[in-house]
Amino acid sequence: MIPLSGDIPDSKGAICGKIDSNSVVRGTSTLKRGFAHMLKNGVVMDVTNVEQAQIAEEAGAVSVMVLDKLPSDVRKAGGVARTASIRIIEEIMDNVTIPVMAKCRIGHMYEANVLDETNVDMIDESEVLTPADEYHHIWKWDFTTPFVNGARSLGEALRRVEEGAAMIRTKGEPGTGNVAEAIYHIKKVNEELRTIKSMYDSDDKQELVKMAREFKVSYDLVEETAKIGRLPVVNFAAGGIATPADAAYLMSLGCDGIFVGSGIFKAEDAQERARAVVLATTFWEEPDKVKEAQKMIDERQSLLGLDVKNLDLKMQERGSTV
Amino acid sequence: MSKIQIGILAVQGDVTENFLATMASMSELGIDGTVVQVKTIEQISELDGLIIPGGESTVIGQMSLVNGGLKKIKEKIESGMPVFGICAGMIFLSKNSKDKVVGKVEQPLLDVLDVKIERNSFGRQKDSFEANISMEPIGISSFNGVFIRAPSVSETGSDVEILAKFNEKIVAVKQGNIFATAFHPELTRDISLHKSFVKLVDNLN
Repeated sequence: MIPLSGDIPDSKGAICGKIDSNSVVRGTSTLKRGFAHMLKNGVVMDVTNVEQAQIAEEAGAVSVMVLDKLPSDVRKAGGVARTASIRIIEEIMDNVTIPVMAKCRIGHMYEANVLDETNVDMIDESEVLTPADEYHHIWKWDFTTPFVNGARSLGEALRRVEEGAAMIRTKGEPGTGNVAEAIYHIKKVNEELRTIKSMYDSDDKQELVKMAREFKVSYDLVEETAKIGRLPVVNFAAGGIATPADAAYLMSLGCDGIFVGSGIFKAEDAQERARAVVLATTFWEEPDKVKEAQKMIDERQSLLGLDVKNLDLKMQERGSTV
Repeated sequence: MSKIQIGILAVQGDVTENFLATMASMSELGIDGTVVQVKTIEQISELDGLIIPGGESTVIGQMSLVNGGLKKIKEKIESGMPVFGICAGMIFLSKNSKDKVVGKVEQPLLDVLDVKIERNSFGRQKDSFEANISMEPIGISSFNGVFIRAPSVSETGSDVEILAKFNEKIVAVKQGNIFATAFHPELTRDISLHKSFVKLVDNLN
């Protein structure tokens, strides 16, 4: 089981309040991480307007992520990519019943504050947008709204968890329609998890301490992770997913769910494809159902895709390395 | 007495958490049984009890419709199989649901629990909360209720017993062998609710 504890003392994001005369607590780790638990085995879809958000909801998306531009357009446009227009985010929140997430720039406290005030259900501190601080990520414990962060390795994931991330997405290369990087990174995280699990199982504390130094996180967090043998928060795959088979494969590698960016709404058969990706994610263990899902899409209408080797901009590398 | 089999509907949501809470309940009660994650009609047919976990009710409903699971679950519940619906599961069991902000949304429902639901009744994620809940009718005087974008019951039919209210809103109900809560017992360490459900399934077997 994924532990829901792991709060830091006096975190500013956890607040005591009242609903009329009844005492309540908000923003606890249980509530923030618990929210991510409710998304498990689901697909979160990137959208830029109400129409796309409604298509996503009807197709069975578990949540939508609002951006100003889809990642492949961010790549084409160049320049600085910032958080989406608040008016569009609010319009989407008023028109779908599923949770609404939005992205802020890495390290941009005040874009995050604005999204927190807007009442989005989760904030993605994302490398798809241009980082605002090359040396720090946001200190996420100070927020009542939960955060999701990207990671390419176990160390990166645990650094984000230590800063208060309630959910992780193993990174791919966004906006490429190329799933190779997403596969590489989840396999890498899995391998690192197996390594520390075996250290824990053989009670090798010295090696675990060395791992904590290498990961640049506290020993306690490494030990807890090693003990359960998985990330201590929900982990989705993201970046470059374009087809039902892509999604099913990532589920089979142990991801808790899927983020799809440009893969759906940059394809010419968005509506069918959205549905097909959800079906393949839900029924990934049943090959006949994945085949049926794959049959719903037309490869000639897929996002063309890019070879990761020739990219000028690698979004996955953006942001602080510590 | 034969071995009982309780299923966790494994379409979407926090399946593992319910799986573990149910396993722990069986072992604490000393009941001989198995817990299985179920998705297909064949798996559902075998069950003596079913838990529908938290998640997104629109997704659980739509995906259960796709493989015929919805019809099978409805059939089993109507023939008396105990079921426990949590948050999205509560919505899925209901006969009618409406979103607090968006209003009426077309979504597949089991239509077995005679209640009307208000989805996202306490607001969005930032308004999600933990609070102490009392369920006197089933002998649980204090329970840590974890409410995540939780629904509430806005109207109940004559056969529905109200188990708990929070701030005048109905958050736990029972109708025959159907249990439903708006909050998430599987996210706490308290397994008393799961234990009551396991006992109910065991007594009927």
